Amino acid sequence: MDLLNAFIALSNYVIVPAMAYGSQLALGALGVTLIYGILRFSNFAHGDTMSFGAMVTVLVTWLFQSWGISLGVLPTALLALPFGILGTMGLVLATDRMVYRFYRAQKAKPVILVIVSLGVTFILNGLVRFIIGPDDQNFLDGERFIVSARTFKAMTGLEEGLAIKTTQGITVVTAVIVVALLFWFLNRTRTGKSMRAYSDNEDLALLSGINPERVVMITWLIVAGLATIAGVLYGLDKSFKPFTYFQLLLPIFASAIVGGLGNPLGAIAGGFVIAFSEVTVTYAWKKVAGYVLPDSLAPDGLLQLLSTDYKLAVSFVILLIVLLIKPTGLFKGKSV
Amino acid sequence: MKKMLMATTAAALLATNAFAAGHAKEVKLGILIGFTGPIESLTGPMAAGAELAMKEVTDSGMLLDGATVTPIRADTGCIDNGLSTSNGERLIAEGVNGLIGGDCSGVTGAILQNVAIPNGMVMISPSATSPGLTTVEDNGLFFRTAPSDAREGEVMAEVLMDRGVKSIALTYTNNDYGKGLADAIESNFKAAGGEVTIVAAHEDGKADYSAEMGALASAGGDILVVAGYLDQGGLGIINAALDTGAFDTFGLPGGMIGDSLPANVGAPLDGSYGQIAGSGGEGIEKLTAMAGDAFDATSPYTPESYDAAALFMLAMQAAGSMDPAEYAGKILDVANAPGEKIYPGELAKALELIKAGTDIDYVGASAVELIGPGESAGTYRLIEVKDGKNETIGFK
Repeated sequence: MDLLNAFIALSNYVIVPAMAYGSQLALGALGVTLIYGILRFSNFAHGDTMSFGAMVTVLVTWLFQSWGISLGVLPTALLALPFGILGTMGLVLATDRMVYRFYRAQKAKPVILVIVSLGVTFILNGLVRFIIGPDDQNFLDGERFIVSARTFKAMTGLEEGLAIKTTQGITVVTAVIVVALLFWFLNRTRTGKSMRAYSDNEDLALLSGINPERVVMITWLIVAGLATIAGVLYGLDKSFKPFTYFQLLLPIFASAIVGGLGNPLGAIAGGFVIAFSEVTVTYAWKKVAGYVLPDSLAPDGLLQLLSTDYKLAVSFVILLIVLLIKPTGLFKGKSV
Repeated sequence: MKKMLMATTAAALLATNAFAAGHAKEVKLGILIGFTGPIESLTGPMAAGAELAMKEVTDSGMLLDGATVTPIRADTGCIDNGLSTSNGERLIAEGVNGLIGGDCSGVTGAILQNVAIPNGMVMISPSATSPGLTTVEDNGLFFRTAPSDAREGEVMAEVLMDRGVKSIALTYTNNDYGKGLADAIESNFKAAGGEVTIVAAHEDGKADYSAEMGALASAGGDILVVAGYLDQGGLGIINAALDTGAFDTFGLPGGMIGDSLPANVGAPLDGSYGQIAGSGGEGIEKLTAMAGDAFDATSPYTPESYDAAALFMLAMQAAGSMDPAEYAGKILDVANAPGEKIYPGELAKALELIKAGTDIDYVGASAVELIGPGESAGTYRLIEVKDGKNETIGFK
């Protein structure tokens, strides 16, 4: 029984939240890594593309709510999500047409494109705040929990509760579906193959008759979809606040680099590595140890390896170690 | 004859100048608080409170024989030292005679060190509460109508003890304000015999708080005390705690009290409690009546802002000068006993009494009593969240 309690405590505070957070990071990192692989630059505007997509979704969700449309137990935002994706697709195609295409034609160095994307970040940042304001926005409705801590305790009679939020469930399920679709697309369809060919060797791809503008456009469309889904899932699970999306950029890039920039599989692995390391290394094991160990050995201290102050440092130490030992990331990506 | 004429003209000119100076004299007071940033929802009423006091004095025409008082607003961003310092410099350049501000403790220290001390400018902060500011070297230029968090720590420990809380988990926002308050709560609660299971910092505006929640939940405790900001990480922590079922009840110090918190969290917050600097009684009632519908006079730190502005003007009257070097020494005199008690709306009377040489004891809207190096002794309003609203349940 005690072992079970220990496992539940660990699930509730480590495994479940880290799974959800990891999925959000993985979806974000996938977008970053696709841009890096195909357009060959680090897109700093990705965090704010997520925030823009989430904003459109929030606005459409409010519209649906005012019309009385809902999905019952599921959040209405899922219904609004396609509209958010369409809006974001329009946005990224417009920025590509107005900004990036110019630099692509110049064959600008990646570092110039990085700075350009930083400029786009600040413009998007301002745009989102201008439209929806800098405050927290609540757009979650429907059933809040799949299992709440209280009902779980009543059901099982255990001392520890396990809470799984609807949004956490949706996040993980959606992430799995999206990733499966993406891999099917990249590996099985003609367009996906031409994208990979373009990523592997641009000149060879051009020679074999692949239209580069088409590849770029499709990449942006996929990235817009990924960014919006990641942004909305994050907003549903935590809260929608434009500023936090800018902050989210750091862990997302850490995930993409740890996994190997340009490698989609790596982006997913990286997302989970970063999320789990942030949560587990700073976790206080007192409660779990209290259940597992006999009473005489029960600890007085917190059994915390590092204070939570250092949680960001943890992901960057992992990043450093990976870059030192395997500069191309855990899965073979492109070296920077 | 020629010389005589010149002398009379000169004399006449001088006289007109002196006459004109008496009437056109303008006192400028800077209002340097965070109109953007983590406490932006509080600063609107704060500035309105300070401006109300200035208007009252201007209308009375009693200050320094008919001086007008003009407010100049400027932003600190609450957590942006660079912005606050440059805006402070700007106010000095515009010729302010006193600074009402800053608001958050970190920027207040920065403004004091970089702007007020080098320029010999007096500051009265309505809301900076870090204990660090009590002992800071200020050349006698810094005052505050808000109490130190060291006092809030005592009050919070008493409240917890009164409610029979035996152990708390404590998290704070990682800055001067959060750290100072957390230290005060921890030491006072331990001294009263309580147990503090963990003290963990959280950063504002972060993507995810599950790591912090894991540590806090593992340490356990009867309630979770969140010494943070209601528009920032404090909200994230409370949501994470409720989601995982780690804690049901929260202790809410001053930075977490505001209407937006119960509105954002909803029903699960009911039953949580805390306190914020503020007082009941005659002063606040009068200010509320004066404010009418224009602004919410009971909003946190708004009475303190009215009082900060009033203290400047009363001290200037007592010194007969709007030069910071001359009136700084008078602030404690007008704020404290002995003397006739002065409430909001009675500033004209106070100015008249001072002119007549009578002592006054400014009570104001927040029961001002300046102790030590010039900070409020501190009355606290006890709050409990009931039906999604912050209800005042008493004073301490």
